[in-house]
Amino acid sequence: MDWKRFGFIALIIIVLFSVVVMVGQAKQPPLLIVTSMLATTIAVATPLTLGALSGVFCERSGVVNIGIEGMMLTSAFFGWLGAIYMFHIFKLPPSVSIVLGVVFAILTGALMSLLHAALSITFKVDQIIGGTVINILAVGLTGFLNRQLFFGATSVFKGSVPSSPGVLPTIHIPITELFASACGTSATCLQNVQAINRVFDQKPIAMGAVLLVFFSHYILFNTRWGLRTRAVGEHPKAADTVGINVVFMRYANVLIGGMFAGLAGAYFTIESVPSFEPLLTNGRGFISLAAMIFGNWTPIGAWAASLVFGASQALLINMQIFRDVIPPQWSFLQESYIVGLTPYILTMFILTGIIGKTTSPAADGVPYEK
Amino acid sequence: MSEPQIVLEAKGITKQFPGVLASDNVNFDLRKGEIHALLGENGAGKSTLMNLIYGLHRPDKGEIIVNGKQLDVQSPNDSIAAGIGMVHQHFMLIPVFTVAENVMLGDEVTKRGALDRVTVAEKITEISKQYGLDVDPNALVGPLPVGIQQRVEIVKTLYRNAEIVILDEPTAVLTPQEAEDLFRIMRDLTARGVSIIFITHKLKEVLAVADRITVMRAGRVINTVKPSETDSAQLANMMVGRQVILTVDKKDHEAHEDILKVEGLSVRDQRNLETVHNVSFTVRGGEVLGIAGVQGNGQTELSEALTGLRHPTSGKVTIDGNDLTGKSPRVITEAGLAHIPEDRQRHGLVLSYSVADNMVLCDYYHAPFSSRGVIQPKALDENSRKLINAFDVRTPSPFVNAGKLSGGNQQKVIVARELSRSNVKLVVANQPTRGLDVGSIEYIHSEIIKMRDRGVAVLLISAELDEIMALSDRIAVMYRGQIVAVVDAKKTTREQLGLWMAGAHVETV
Repeated sequence: MDWKRFGFIALIIIVLFSVVVMVGQAKQPPLLIVTSMLATTIAVATPLTLGALSGVFCERSGVVNIGIEGMMLTSAFFGWLGAIYMFHIFKLPPSVSIVLGVVFAILTGALMSLLHAALSITFKVDQIIGGTVINILAVGLTGFLNRQLFFGATSVFKGSVPSSPGVLPTIHIPITELFASACGTSATCLQNVQAINRVFDQKPIAMGAVLLVFFSHYILFNTRWGLRTRAVGEHPKAADTVGINVVFMRYANVLIGGMFAGLAGAYFTIESVPSFEPLLTNGRGFISLAAMIFGNWTPIGAWAASLVFGASQALLINMQIFRDVIPPQWSFLQESYIVGLTPYILTMFILTGIIGKTTSPAADGVPYEK
Repeated sequence: MSEPQIVLEAKGITKQFPGVLASDNVNFDLRKGEIHALLGENGAGKSTLMNLIYGLHRPDKGEIIVNGKQLDVQSPNDSIAAGIGMVHQHFMLIPVFTVAENVMLGDEVTKRGALDRVTVAEKITEISKQYGLDVDPNALVGPLPVGIQQRVEIVKTLYRNAEIVILDEPTAVLTPQEAEDLFRIMRDLTARGVSIIFITHKLKEVLAVADRITVMRAGRVINTVKPSETDSAQLANMMVGRQVILTVDKKDHEAHEDILKVEGLSVRDQRNLETVHNVSFTVRGGEVLGIAGVQGNGQTELSEALTGLRHPTSGKVTIDGNDLTGKSPRVITEAGLAHIPEDRQRHGLVLSYSVADNMVLCDYYHAPFSSRGVIQPKALDENSRKLINAFDVRTPSPFVNAGKLSGGNQQKVIVARELSRSNVKLVVANQPTRGLDVGSIEYIHSEIIKMRDRGVAVLLISAELDEIMALSDRIAVMYRGQIVAVVDAKKTTREQLGLWMAGAHVETV
């Protein structure tokens, strides 16, 4: 990977963090601000990271997937719905219901991607159109099912939306416990250790996403599966002539991608907040595509780019925390819509190719004809 | 002497594609350690037969027997397992992978789930040594010269322990020296018991390396002969099915004044790399200047710059005294350029337009084809009928889409459009006969010579040295974006040109 790209990413993140530190230092020590912002960055980057991984697997195998947004939205809905059904109808304990909800979300992602795979691989439909179909379908489907079928007047819930069994818990990584003794009696030291600990205390999907980034990178570049996946996305005919089943590889990778998108969907309704509202993914599927491109179709690069978008969302969240202490010359930052634009403006800048050229897989979006 | 062992036998192979009987009851056999050439024109069914043997397609009828066992090929895996390897005409290599990755793809060595690149590299080095196929396993394939890429393809088949290697048009992209090198490798392979099927349409090569020659035409095997019992003319007759004139008949040329003058021309390609450096030459009326060179040495960008498709970064292009540097294609065309582009399907024709429409692409906008901005269908129709007749275009009607015609006839449509215009002073023909059958090649060559005899300047760019030698009065050799030599066609040899094409340094003669 090129250092220019990573340097650019690091620079933007540092700038975004610096803004918050400057604004908030009157209220909190910088270390505390940086660690809490870092924690937020990693957490809110989760769906983008997973979405970008989804794109990486699809596109590395030669299938353009702009339907990630729709896959996420549908999965978010069915994951949430699954958890509610398990809890209220099948009377399972909340923890089991939540976990099953995640499974439902992943399966939904897989099913949606199966539709995309069938359209683009078997029926050779233009893949941009196929992806658009998924996105439109997702909006219509979740909107309709949410209002009419499952929670309508004639449904088992008789027109009211029951409460969800809850969200996934934060997993505590015992850094404080391990290092507290080293601090001795110093209270500031202990505070700092606790602050750093906060970065690592994440919820399971957020943690899983980071692990999946490195796992995917290894799979893609160091295993037989990865070599074949990339071969099929670069030059399917060459892969075919050495006996690799192009159609199978593409289906499998699109399905894997769909599962990643499904897990991203679960983040919204099972890890972040226990509720669903129409259009809640709010363009994050598309931003994750931008992250994938900026990361040059590599998992680690895509993750780094996702962190940029995560940081800009963390900026938005933190600006609200520090509303009352924003100095007058920074007062425009109080307008949440201005800060809220940051991720989208960044997307535009990054996609105009500010930092070098990215190279997509050679057969990306090209159906394979024998 | 006992009969040599037969390693592969195809019996009564028939394959029907929509509209074409691509393989019609074909019988073919290959003996251990021989080079068996399969000769035929494009569309004769050579590649179809090989794809059937290799398992990319399945035959409708007939059987393939390898080492005495019937081969049931469902996919290339079955033929690879049976010891058959194929080097495709268009290399099946992935440019962004290393040599080792390309070689192992589909037959990977892994250690606890991870690719074992070291073991594969060792195996490649071993094969390299054994067969004199020098390749670096860790090099990225994309930047390698085609000759080396071809070696990688051969290593790929040997890595899979292939005992039968199919080479599909292997010399199409090579310089004469690289081709010689390939022939040496082929003999090394056969000396070690590998059997080779060598597909080609070049008569000379077949006579030089093959042990036996099978000629195909229109999906059928015409005959199998030994090189010692035949000659070029006889083989050509079998290929085409009639007498063919192999040499181009031309009078001595009378060169007139300079028509095309190129001075210090430099051009960048779409990656913004300078692929033509400071090139100067002239073409006189009544002569053919041939530009020889291995593909990808700047010929494409040179012809694009001359025809207005690409802006040169510096230098000057004049046609008959008019400075046309960086002018639009229409201006250049109106100044007297006829252009036969390299890629007829992308730059020569609009495939979804009718033959009649394609024949007026250069001058649809003025009379008699247009009147006050409205196209005159009658004039188009008359024009196309006239040209179809005059240039012998085989088309069911002028209203058929150009995309429906065969390659030879598509090229004739372009030639008709370009050469029939009244004001032509310069013809730029880039690879005018690539991929065409012998009959069409013969015809297009004669049209080019006709233009030259009328006093038109002709710039012929071709990677086929035989074509350059046959048509040119003077030959310029392009290497890495520069003209490295300009010589009188009569005073040079294939070998000398080949050396220049490979980069041997010379003074301009």
